[in-house]
Amino acid sequence: MIFSRFFRRRTPPTPQLESGLRRSRQGIFRQIVQLFERNQVDEELFEDLEALLIQADLGVTTTEALLERLRERVRRGEVRDPVEAREALRDEMVALLESAMRNRRVKIYQRGVPFVSLVVGVNGTGKTTTIAKLARYHLDQGRSVLLVAADTFRAAAIDQLKTWGEQLGIPVIAHAPGADPGAVVFDGMQAAHNRGIDVLLIDTAGRLHTKSNLMAELAKIRRVIQRHVPEAPHEVLLVIDATTGQNGLNQARVFTEAAGVTDIALTKLDGTAKGGIAFAIARELGIPIAYVGTGEKPTDFAEFDPETYVDALFFGDEED
Amino acid sequence: MFEALTDRLTEVFQRIGRKGRLTEQDVDEALREVRRALLEADVHYTVVRDFIAAVRERAVGEEVLRSLTPAQQVIAIVHQELVRVLGTERVPLQWASQPPTVFLLVGLQGSGKTTQVAKLGYHLRKEGRRPLLVAADIYRPAAVEQLHTLGRQHDLPVYDEGTKANPVDIVKRAVKLARDQGYNPVIVDTAGRLQIDEPMMEELERIKEAVRPTEILLVADAMTGQEAVNVAREFHRRLDLTGLILTKMDGDARGGAALSIRTVVGVPIKFIGTGERVDALEPFYPDRLATRILGMGDIQSLIEKARQEISEEEGKKLQEKMLAGAFDLEDFLRQLQQVKKMGPLTQLLEMIPGMSQLLRQQQVQISDDEYKRVEAIILSMTPEERRNPDIINYSRRRRIAQGSGTTVAEVSQLLTQFKQMQRMMAELGQLAGGRGRGALHGLLGGRNPFGGLTGLDGMPSLGGLPTRPTQAPHPARHTKKKKKRR
Ligand SMILES: Nc1nc2c(ncn2[C@@H]2O[C@H](COP(=O)(O)OP(=O)(O)OP(=O)(O)O)[C@@H](O)[C@H]2O)c(=O)[nH]1
Ligand SMILES: Nc1nc2c(ncn2[C@@H]2O[C@H](COP(=O)(O)OP(=O)(O)OP(=O)(O)O)[C@@H](O)[C@H]2O)c(=O)[nH]1
Ligand SMILES: [Mg+2]
Ligand SMILES: [Mg+2]
Repeated sequence: MIFSRFFRRRTPPTPQLESGLRRSRQGIFRQIVQLFERNQVDEELFEDLEALLIQADLGVTTTEALLERLRERVRRGEVRDPVEAREALRDEMVALLESAMRNRRVKIYQRGVPFVSLVVGVNGTGKTTTIAKLARYHLDQGRSVLLVAADTFRAAAIDQLKTWGEQLGIPVIAHAPGADPGAVVFDGMQAAHNRGIDVLLIDTAGRLHTKSNLMAELAKIRRVIQRHVPEAPHEVLLVIDATTGQNGLNQARVFTEAAGVTDIALTKLDGTAKGGIAFAIARELGIPIAYVGTGEKPTDFAEFDPETYVDALFFGDEED
Repeated sequence: MFEALTDRLTEVFQRIGRKGRLTEQDVDEALREVRRALLEADVHYTVVRDFIAAVRERAVGEEVLRSLTPAQQVIAIVHQELVRVLGTERVPLQWASQPPTVFLLVGLQGSGKTTQVAKLGYHLRKEGRRPLLVAADIYRPAAVEQLHTLGRQHDLPVYDEGTKANPVDIVKRAVKLARDQGYNPVIVDTAGRLQIDEPMMEELERIKEAVRPTEILLVADAMTGQEAVNVAREFHRRLDLTGLILTKMDGDARGGAALSIRTVVGVPIKFIGTGERVDALEPFYPDRLATRILGMGDIQSLIEKARQEISEEEGKKLQEKMLAGAFDLEDFLRQLQQVKKMGPLTQLLEMIPGMSQLLRQQQVQISDDEYKRVEAIILSMTPEERRNPDIINYSRRRRIAQGSGTTVAEVSQLLTQFKQMQRMMAELGQLAGGRGRGALHGLLGGRNPFGGLTGLDGMPSLGGLPTRPTQAPHPARHTKKKKKRR
């Protein structure tokens, strides 16, 4: 999996442009080559590393924790020069994400028994678009898909999902704007059963995690789902915008409490943001990242792989 | 959980305070806490570095070193500097001399452009204008329909040409239509785009070229992290932004991105978005945002916190009691313990913008010790006394004072304030009654979160907590009570 391959654009970029894009996307460690061209591991190196990690939105606490582990390895004599430091840091970053990956629930898809995926998150992170991407992903694997428009609140949210449904040739269960989201989900569950659908994707309205009434609504949706299938939802995807700063941690915490988040989808990685908050979330809450979004089209999507991610965004894509 | 900067600074200076005079190194140690707070609030790394350098210069030059309240001094300087960077003056929307005025809203995907276009239209119509909203996002599925829906809901005219026409032409024709039919202003919704997306950025440049907008407003999400700097800088470089709208401020993001953006592009923050509905657009107050960035003021999350901690059922029960005037010390104690679960009281109070400053100005100290004292007093009462405080005569007071390690005067003070609070609750209850709010939320009073929480406006202080005027403030003033209850 090469990152640059799924960085696709709406308009085909000109060659000169492409190099510009690549530059901005090159690993932040790449950009500062001198960093590792120093000949010793000193305080200055640690300061520079701190600057890089914080600028990638890992946050002060996670940055300090990572660098402390690096210092420990320096103390133990495992790391002697900047090149080894670079490798060690890369390994620590991958290990951090992998530790959360171990919490992943295996996704078991059965023919004709709906795998229910509930997609949640704060406003505008890319939930609806991620649903379109997921739908395409499942279609590619030969699974039948049904979409549920449980965002009955935002203007034209239903139309947006229906447009994707049409484009992908997938049915959408929807009620009128303003309808009870629980009722739509109920219908969606029933339809999935009756039609023997493999994957049911539920789009919910964006909501800030601080609004307890809206968070309670998610809990209610969960109950509606469970009335049909006690072990569902099989996946609760929290969609986090890679541009998000430290607030992402609160989002993950509260959404997990209210809706039982199982995985994260990290979107908008085609921009310059690194999505470092995912490290803080992995470290503090142990929630794994399942998917990444790298554009606005259904194909701009990939399963998450810690090594590819860390290499592409932090250390430069080796294949570039 | 609420690591208010003031607390951390107070701690730093207390540690330092014991050894006597403050030095520049002490100030540096304090500034490390400030730095951390700013980084946690998402202020950009280099912006923080420069900011701290500026604060340090002032702090060392000023009276901090000799001050008896260095923590407060540092906070005050930091706060002033923040306000200075955020913009001390409100800059209104600019209007073209030749109507129609064009406002162009731009920004990253999902930042809130379409919603703010509708909000601006709604806001300006209330001011007597005839706005025309323009749907120039031809890319995102149902973007045009989204603006139309908002327009329909609020009776705002929307101009669109579907998704086949070119955005530059759409905007040109919309402006012509506005000129012909007397619409003013023209508010243009554009597609979300990455600042590194060359063709999409060029599109904006062409729109700008074609209609010369009076305001080009960057719509930025308050939750944005470190990238805010790159995004704003690039949008500014391409378009010469005239202002900023900071959205989703109704959450608990600290909003440090605003400071980064202000620092790198310097344009004024014109509005903040505080909700999904069209009326959730508010003027920007630098003072409030400064407090919030420092982690010292966030009413919203205080209220939300309160709501989370107090279950709905419990809240309803309490509210009924309140309304019936049957709220007794037993309930009060329970509520107190609930509030305590939310975090240290001092920090809670400091989540209220301006509160910490007020507390200081009035030289009132509400410490967690006071809190414990109140709890101790109530715990020393018999259940009957708690239910019916009127029976607490002098000899009972003496017994309670002894049992709680307090004085009779303190017990009396608590009882007086409790009565005041009961009265106030009944009034508040009448105001907020019937809306199904939780008791504490009712206490915080939806509209006026200060009501009942603070000792302001002659209202009793939080839950009737006795507040005591303190003598000249002193850094090492943690009037430790000998009684340590749980
Ligand atoms: N560049 C980029 N844009 C994305 C990506 N994912 C989504 N978007 C864009 O982000 C914007 C918001 O996406 P939506 O899918 O509508 O977000 P949402 O979370 O459903 O929004 P609400 O339902 O309003 O809360 C749209 O303009 C999408 O095209 C991504 O991976 N990269
Ligand atoms: N809580 C909250 N939500 C907001 C605010 N402003 C906008 N939103 C929500 O944020 C989401 C995205 O808003 P849009 O107006 O669609 O954003 P946009 O920038 O037009 O998105 P694209 O056109 O896809 O780039 C929607 O769910 C809005 O309801 C705000 O101030 N507070
Ligand atoms: Mg959506
Ligand atoms: Mg839009």
